[in-house]
Amino acid sequence: MSKQSKAIWSKNLFNLLVFALLFTGLAQMPIFKRYYLADIPGFAWTSDFYLNHILHYILATILLFWIFFRLGKFLRQGQRGIKTISPFGWAKIFIWAGIIITGILRVLKNQPNIFFSPETTMFIDWTHPGLVIILGLAALLGKFLRQGYFKG
Amino acid sequence: MSISRRKFLHGLAAAGLTTVLPSTARAASQGEELATLLDLSKCIGCGACVEACKETNAHKFPRPKKPFPRMYPSRVKVFDWSDKQDVDDRLTPYNWLYIQTANVTWQGKEYEINIPRRCLHCQNPPCANLCPWGAASKQANGIVRINDKICLGGAKCKNVCPWHIPERQTGVGLYLKLLPSFAGNGVMYKCDRCFDRVAKGLIPACIEACPENVQTIGPRDEIVARAHELAKKTGGYIYGEKENGGTNTIYVSPVPFDILDQAIEKGPGRPHLSPVPNSMAREENLAMAVLAAPVAGLAAALLTGVSKVSQEKQGDKDE
Ligand code: SF4
Ligand code: SF4
Ligand code: SF4
Repeated sequence: MSKQSKAIWSKNLFNLLVFALLFTGLAQMPIFKRYYLADIPGFAWTSDFYLNHILHYILATILLFWIFFRLGKFLRQGQRGIKTISPFGWAKIFIWAGIIITGILRVLKNQPNIFFSPETTMFIDWTHPGLVIILGLAALLGKFLRQGYFKG
Repeated sequence: MSISRRKFLHGLAAAGLTTVLPSTARAASQGEELATLLDLSKCIGCGACVEACKETNAHKFPRPKKPFPRMYPSRVKVFDWSDKQDVDDRLTPYNWLYIQTANVTWQGKEYEINIPRRCLHCQNPPCANLCPWGAASKQANGIVRINDKICLGGAKCKNVCPWHIPERQTGVGLYLKLLPSFAGNGVMYKCDRCFDRVAKGLIPACIEACPENVQTIGPRDEIVARAHELAKKTGGYIYGEKENGGTNTIYVSPVPFDILDQAIEKGPGRPHLSPVPNSMAREENLAMAVLAAPVAGLAAALLTGVSKVSQEKQGDKDE
């Protein structure tokens, strides 16, 4: 496979992964049953909260591995690489970091021996999807302004 | 009730009353999990606890505004208990505790077992863990609570609770201020183990009102130890210690729980007594993978880097 088609494939797979995470994340809200999605033959699973919760965990594992693999490769370039990141890119990186951190905190919270106060729990629960929405808006804005992660 | 009659966690414990274990006040102030033990051989089914719960928690009960906003799609049902507030033979938003009765024969003897039923306050509660909105959560003292200011009444907590404990009332809460026709459907209610009383050092109303001292409250390890002692002494059976990965409500009965489960009336608002595996077990196992993924990703990037460098070096040598 040529380098270019490899990059396109990788981008498509990444987008698919993000979409699946969005979907299973949205499935945490009790809306797929209310709005008939779960009634479509073959879609009953969309209202199974436990199933979607576990799928979200599995997809998050793959995404985290992917992101950190890319990050590791990027960091190998040292200072040189970091200097090429655009201000818009930095903004997106910080939003991603927030999503990842709140997601990991939520996973920790779901462990039996780890305890977070009700206020912290609520903060995490609101920030995680809130940042996803902001990331979505940032991505749209990026498309509109033709801004990417990198300068130039 | 006069202050002198109100029972305080430490006062009772000091007086050596059986309903509160001596270390309860200390444990509560240190944020240790408290649990309750229910000795079912003592319960006479008088309902004093049910009444006390209703009276004490009446100020938390829903006061829905009518008419309710129209909800879409039309199949979304209204859950209205406001005209049936007196119902006390099942769980409702206005009845967080009720008495289940089982008439059974066990080893040739007849028994009438009365079982006070309410939320069990699970140690790793799926209702709280899966609440997408942060409305349900567990406190340090083991109380699992649904915040009525935040809850949207989507009833996911009820769906994922192995006993389907929380009950919904339409026409109250935050959803009214958001998109009442399109999202949410009220607020979910259940036993909050009298969190406000416990915070003041008082014991839950149902424990205090019981003339037979059926319930005991105390630090979880001590309650579990006591439950085992009681079960051993009386040849009894335990429910709630291991259910759903562990709860803070431990029942001890002279009759096995599978027999009770067959004899009780079950259905909406009337929970079963069958064995419950840990609802969060799969998440608990998968957590390690999620947490290890970033480290594994970084390590893989470094390793491929190293192998690339060494391949390049090898290439240099070969040339
Ligand atoms: S019994 Fe149900 S409602 Fe109560 S803490 Fe456990 S899961 Fe939540
Ligand atoms: S602990 Fe409090 S809220 Fe729960 S059943 Fe007893 S009286 Fe009711
Ligand atoms: S008050 Fe005590 S004896 Fe009466 S029903 Fe409640 S637990 Fe049973």
